[in-house]
Amino acid sequence: MNALDWIVQLMGIALALAAAPALVGWVNQCRAWLQNKSAPGILLPYRGIRKLFSKDAVIAENASQLFRLAPYVVFGTMLTAAAVIPSIATQLPFTRAADAIALIGLLATARVFASLAAMDVGTAFGTLGARREMMIGFLAEPALLVVIFVVSLTCATTALPIIAERLSAQAFSLNPSLAFTAVAFTMVLLAENARIPVDNPATHLELTMIHEALLLEYSARHLALMEWAAALKLFNYACIGIAVFIPWGIATSHAPSGLAASVVWLAAKLIAAGAGLALIETLSAKLRVFRAPEFLATAFLFAVLGLLVRLLLGA
Amino acid sequence: VNYSFNSPLTLCLLLLAAWCMVGLAGLARPLSIAFVGRTLFPVGAVIGAALALVAAASLAHPSSERLILPIGLPDLPVHLRLDSLSSVFLILLGAPSVGISIFAAGYFRRGEGTAPGLLCLQYHVFLASMGFVLLADDAYAFMLAWETMALSSYFLVTAQHRIPEIRQAGFLYLLMAHLGAIAILLSFGILQGGTWHFTFDAMRAAHLAPDWAAVAFCLALIGFGAKAGLVPLHVWLPDAHPAAPSPVSALMSGVMLKTALYGMIRVSFDLLGEPVWWWGLLPLSLGLFSALYGVVFAAPQTDMKRLLAYSSVENVGILFTGLGLAMVFAGVGMHAPAALTLIAVIYHAVNHAFMKSLLFLGTGAVLHATGERNLGHLGGLIHRMPWVAWLTLIGALAIAGLPPLNGFVSEWLLLQSFLFAHEVPRPFINMLLPLGAALLALAAALAGYVMVKFFGVIFLGQPRERALQDARDAGLVERLGLAWLALGCVLLGFFPTTIISALSAVTQQLRLGRLPSSDAPWWLLVPIPERQSSYAPLVFFAAIAVVVVLVFVSVRLVYHQRVRRAAAWDCGFGGLNSRMQDTAEGFGQPIRHLFQPLFAIVRELPGPFDTSPRYRLEIGDRLWIALYLPLGTLVRRVADKVAWLQQGRIATYLLYSFVTLVVLLALML
Repeated sequence: MNALDWIVQLMGIALALAAAPALVGWVNQCRAWLQNKSAPGILLPYRGIRKLFSKDAVIAENASQLFRLAPYVVFGTMLTAAAVIPSIATQLPFTRAADAIALIGLLATARVFASLAAMDVGTAFGTLGARREMMIGFLAEPALLVVIFVVSLTCATTALPIIAERLSAQAFSLNPSLAFTAVAFTMVLLAENARIPVDNPATHLELTMIHEALLLEYSARHLALMEWAAALKLFNYACIGIAVFIPWGIATSHAPSGLAASVVWLAAKLIAAGAGLALIETLSAKLRVFRAPEFLATAFLFAVLGLLVRLLLGA
Repeated sequence: VNYSFNSPLTLCLLLLAAWCMVGLAGLARPLSIAFVGRTLFPVGAVIGAALALVAAASLAHPSSERLILPIGLPDLPVHLRLDSLSSVFLILLGAPSVGISIFAAGYFRRGEGTAPGLLCLQYHVFLASMGFVLLADDAYAFMLAWETMALSSYFLVTAQHRIPEIRQAGFLYLLMAHLGAIAILLSFGILQGGTWHFTFDAMRAAHLAPDWAAVAFCLALIGFGAKAGLVPLHVWLPDAHPAAPSPVSALMSGVMLKTALYGMIRVSFDLLGEPVWWWGLLPLSLGLFSALYGVVFAAPQTDMKRLLAYSSVENVGILFTGLGLAMVFAGVGMHAPAALTLIAVIYHAVNHAFMKSLLFLGTGAVLHATGERNLGHLGGLIHRMPWVAWLTLIGALAIAGLPPLNGFVSEWLLLQSFLFAHEVPRPFINMLLPLGAALLALAAALAGYVMVKFFGVIFLGQPRERALQDARDAGLVERLGLAWLALGCVLLGFFPTTIISALSAVTQQLRLGRLPSSDAPWWLLVPIPERQSSYAPLVFFAAIAVVVVLVFVSVRLVYHQRVRRAAAWDCGFGGLNSRMQDTAEGFGQPIRHLFQPLFAIVRELPGPFDTSPRYRLEIGDRLWIALYLPLGTLVRRVADKVAWLQQGRIATYLLYSFVTLVVLLALML
């Protein structure tokens, strides 16, 4: 463990912090193109966050301290999660503090705090959003865990950097269990990040939304933190997917050339992933809320199928 | 026999006797709340702390100390033994009971139906009998303590015996407790293996035929499963635990259920010798079923204590799942994974003792402040009762399995041990076992849902009733009790390596060896070094805390800190009120919808022309309807037939005695 390790670690965190809104902007831009609309600039999310930070915070009369604490906790957990996920390098000192299961726990912590904060004001929409968010969560979380389980069986560890390192050392081959789990993971990613078909990030019709209902009472800096945390969440999920399913190109040592190549690789993968996400969102229609559990149960079954295939075929 | 007073076992016995004395002292002034509450319960708490300390000391220096007390029937002395397994469970009894007793000191203000002094006696006898269960080293002593435990807790459950539902719950509890006790008794009867010596040493030495051993194991599983609330023997638990006063509910859910786990570990890993691997599949599958069943039933509950009771069923399921997995591993000779799994199980038992006690005491404080236990009449209490709310939040987050608190660590360990399941050298089984991890993950995630409902509906939002405006926070003594348990949840979460190395004394005693040693620093948990899976809760928490503080400070420095209060957004219609929030039924609705086949739902919907619309929803347990009601009818029918014998004439009864004597004489000759 030396200084260089920590510098790379901090670089990774800073990259997540800086690039997360750009990823959201990129997905929005792609989606607008695909839907034949004039696209907003990729920097729009940054402008939104800056604008929100300089506004006056309006807090509901009934809100308790928990309501004001939650945005900081959600943002903090998302940033800590970014520190745990190997995005540009695998030799990261902090990642020993939390493996993939702890990472899922971390994401669950953020979800629970966001839901509790939404219930705090005591409006119909807040509790509705909290209930739906937790419903999505309790189905998505085990699916994600089984995905991690399959990969952990392959690599005999739950430490994400080691998983990424071992998988990137293998030559590319069509691994059936990983293919099933990749489908499951994509479905979980869509659900957890409030994307179509589970939720619509563009809607503001209260009865149909989930993520926006959670944030309904937030304004100004609190909303900015929540939005930024949501962007970080998308970035984190994308990076988990990249580390597990397409890890090739990640830096396994701290040679500057390798790191530079790794950043370029990561950018290319994220651009592709964002475009793919926009494509999925454009091609599918939003499900009714009560179809969402079926969608996630399918994801769970795909992951379990991946597990069975892994145990049956050993591949 | 060595009666030296500084031996841990003698000290434990003296402390248990002291608990009994404290209880008896309550009878001196049974109606004085100042004496019973303010004096006796704190003394009980001190004894609990001392017991935990003595047990911890004996865990640090394992000795398997024995003692034979010549009391009881002639030629049947009481055998006692303090080994590592007993020590761990004595800590589990002593440490949470400190918080519960402190809380009880402030809680029993008005008396709960039974006179406070009598409650004090029952409470402390209950504590002491649990201690004796853990120390007993022969079947007689064990059953004596076990029955005392059941009876004392029965009287505690029926403290408010004037309420018919509580009497009914108490009866069901007593019935199930005795059915379970019979099964345990029969199990011991088989375990002695024809030697007719009922000491545990004789049972360890006895060689049982494999079939008999399997029968003994199944009987033990029924007996201890009934006490632990394993599905389908759980029906008494959601009725009995909420019926008791809250400190007693905390003791029953937090501690008493663990004596059943203790008994199960004692029988399957110690008395039966090396477990047979396929025996483990039974507790494993029943445990998984219980975990899911419990948490699915917890979600739609509207009574807060009943919700917690179902959550206990879930946690018992997790414990038995782990126990079964450990037996499978031990049976096929995979000792390191078996040790890891057993450590995870015991760790989870200790964690659950703290978090569930904390939550039950939290509901007790709410119950005292508001007189309401129905979630539909609560809400917004975080403003009126901030201490109770924030301390309960720690318990809720812990039981939801969120890092860095304690519930996460034990679930993490259990999932890590499931990662070895595919290496079990049995075809087909090695493919099914990892699926258990998927179900376990589902149960854990659902627990998060349940806890958000529990905490959110009680403490957050707007008060659903006007009377809640007058709710007062718990008193200082009660806060102390809650804080003790919350501190336990935090510390158990932060220092897993210390606790695991302490627990490895148990796995060594049970011939599983200790976990492979690693060169990791004390703050880094690496259970199996070759796997490189690691977790460092302190670093983890510090990182989140640093990020939160940094963001907080930098946002305030760079921008401003202006805050305005305004009414909540009402979509421009106006007239938002507290009745528009989700009710407890509403919050549980997705679960009810998703797991519909499990529930027996009776729903009464209002019609469009009703002048007084009524909505009623009752959620029944299908197992109760399918299993217990027919059984009850059958028993009643047989009893009616047998009642023919009772003619009510003295002459007939004398005839029965005469016939019995003749038959016995004939048999003797």
